[in-house]
Amino acid sequence: MLKQLLAIVLLPLIAALVVGLGGKLISRQWAHRLTIVGVATACILSINLAFGFASGQISVIEHTLYSWAKIGQLNLQVGFLIDSLTITMMVVVTFVSLMVHIYTIGYMKEDPGYQRFFAYISLFTFAMLSLVMSNNFLQLFFGWEAVGVVSYLLIGFWYKKPTAIVANLKAFLVNRVGDLGFLLGIAGVYMVFGTLDYSGVFQQVNSGFNDLEIVISDTAIWSATTFICIGLFIGAMGKSAQVPLHVWLPDSMEGPTPISALIHAATMVTAGVFMVARMSPLFELSEVALNVVLVIGATTALFMGFLGVIQNDIKRVVAYSTLSQLGYMVVALGASAYSVAVFHLVTHAFFKALLFLAAGSVIIAMHHEQDIRKMGNLKKYMPITYVTCLLGSLALIGTPFFSGFYSKEAIILAIENSQLTAATYAYWCVLLGVFFTALYSFRMFFLVFHTQERMDEHTRAHLKEPSMVVWIPLVLLAIPSVSISWFIAPQIISGEFFNVAIQVAKSHDVLSSISEMYQQPFALGLHAFITLPFWLAVSGVIVAYIFTVARPAWREQLNLKLNFINQVLRENYYFDKLYMNYFAAGGVAVGNKFWKWIDAGVIDNWIVNGSAKTVASISGQLRKIQSGYLYHYVLVMVVGLLAFLGWIYWRALHGTV
Amino acid sequence: MIELADYLLLSAILFAISVAGIIINRKNVITLLMCIELMLLAVNTNFIAFSHFLGNTTGQIFVFFILTVAAAEAAIGLAIIVVLFRNRSTIDVEQLNQLKG
Repeated sequence: MLKQLLAIVLLPLIAALVVGLGGKLISRQWAHRLTIVGVATACILSINLAFGFASGQISVIEHTLYSWAKIGQLNLQVGFLIDSLTITMMVVVTFVSLMVHIYTIGYMKEDPGYQRFFAYISLFTFAMLSLVMSNNFLQLFFGWEAVGVVSYLLIGFWYKKPTAIVANLKAFLVNRVGDLGFLLGIAGVYMVFGTLDYSGVFQQVNSGFNDLEIVISDTAIWSATTFICIGLFIGAMGKSAQVPLHVWLPDSMEGPTPISALIHAATMVTAGVFMVARMSPLFELSEVALNVVLVIGATTALFMGFLGVIQNDIKRVVAYSTLSQLGYMVVALGASAYSVAVFHLVTHAFFKALLFLAAGSVIIAMHHEQDIRKMGNLKKYMPITYVTCLLGSLALIGTPFFSGFYSKEAIILAIENSQLTAATYAYWCVLLGVFFTALYSFRMFFLVFHTQERMDEHTRAHLKEPSMVVWIPLVLLAIPSVSISWFIAPQIISGEFFNVAIQVAKSHDVLSSISEMYQQPFALGLHAFITLPFWLAVSGVIVAYIFTVARPAWREQLNLKLNFINQVLRENYYFDKLYMNYFAAGGVAVGNKFWKWIDAGVIDNWIVNGSAKTVASISGQLRKIQSGYLYHYVLVMVVGLLAFLGWIYWRALHGTV
Repeated sequence: MIELADYLLLSAILFAISVAGIIINRKNVITLLMCIELMLLAVNTNFIAFSHFLGNTTGQIFVFFILTVAAAEAAIGLAIIVVLFRNRSTIDVEQLNQLKG
């Protein structure tokens, strides 16, 4: 069993190292063969493990592989914790990664960095797996940073493109802000619990422990767990791109489309959601933290949805949609419906990866044109992409019977049942979000695949469905996008599946009342036709249809009428301006001042040059005694000798010797 | 009877004369050399005196060594002075202040 687990983690790493360091020795064919074999084996083993787990042959595995260092009481170890949550993530990560590997053969066909790309995505698979399979905070942090590094490398994959370099720097910096919170959270865990192992921490949570109190002000006294949870959640905000640390995700679209699908939609950005779900026993201790999670998630879900409506770059539409859906997951976390968050994570991974890859397929066909205003009527040329993209969009907006419907419906119902202070706000956000999800998804869908053809003659002549390696992953992803919920929804909602991995306090249990409904997925789908979210989604699609297909002219008029809102949305609520003009410019200004005062003023002027000048002036005085005449030196010597002898004599006289 | 103290006084006087010679002399490097020799002789006198009054010959052995070294030193010193004179055309101490800071 251990060998299997090791193989799952290490095969992608070995493939990445061989392909990445092999240089010219590894041809293009061998680059994709090696990495695909590695990740496919990992995928098959993970699925095998999942079946073993589902059938009860395997129970929770916790194993420490290797002790890296021991400092006092602090054990730094590498190990595995394999439970239902981990297995879910492993299957999602390896499956989507495999699809992306295959897809990349077609997408990067003409790219000179072909081998490098495969090495990176294989390395990413390793990093993500070590993140999810970890049994302690240290390894979690390692995986967390490792996926961040690979994300950085991949956003800047086309390193000759200035915008890509800016985007990857931005992603890196914004993630550092989150990581600061994350590290503080981990440090807090160590301070309060004295261990970094999940099992040790959760055991203490369940059996009672000494909670510390932190006095914020006279009226606000936080428990240390609140501090820890908020710290960890700030880390999740960075990685999962929640407001206000979301700014890097839309820009990360500068990277190649396959990694947008793998890293910035399906896996890495959901690491924050996974982490909070993993920490469910901790988060259950702090209502304050849960409220924070709820507010941040709801804000992201709704307000990023607005932004999706005005984007014209096909990938950016999908990126904002990802932000919004991540917000949904985080809302579920805040409502203590951790299993629902992971459920949405799984369904979202499939349909969002599908949408990204479909967008990529469109981009290939359009010769790297990404502006949806220059597309139109592609359904005639690309039937497979059209159908799969339609299925993905339907899943995304929560059409009954599609996978996304079950997870999104569960989130909305969970919020409705939540007793937290912020639940009302969150409920309205996610409900309105449904309308906007449908609006931006189908606005893009109609503009790309319907309406009249707006591309130039040259592009039109070459429009065709890309090769098999591109559309096969689309089809393979479309299958779970449609159907995965039918099989897993009842077990997940009833809490059977995650019963050990996720702990929910009795007072926060929002799922028991809806688990009855979820036992019959089909009936639930039928019931949806009379619920509000369904009609909101339908109206979203209709509005999108009116403004794109039926009456495109109205869009212009509306734009003029809503000029102010449009402006705010175009500027991304001025987040970028705020960060650039205040945080970045402020940082530069402070740095300049420090440079002038501390570095140039104190260190250079006083310490470095100052000491040199002091030595020079002292020696300038001292050199005057150096007359060069021998007899002066002798005189000084004799006088010194006399003084010395005199001193000894004087001491002897006073009997101190 | 001549006491030990008398010898020591003599050598102290010799030593003082030589030190004074080094300090006061502003003209000739050869005088310096001679003063150094005198200094060594003052030390030798001490050695001989102590050797005699303590009944130990070690001091006299030392004197032989010192005389030998002094002879060698005088030879080298004079040679250096010759070279110095060739280079600088003077052996005037007032002129020899190359070490001035």
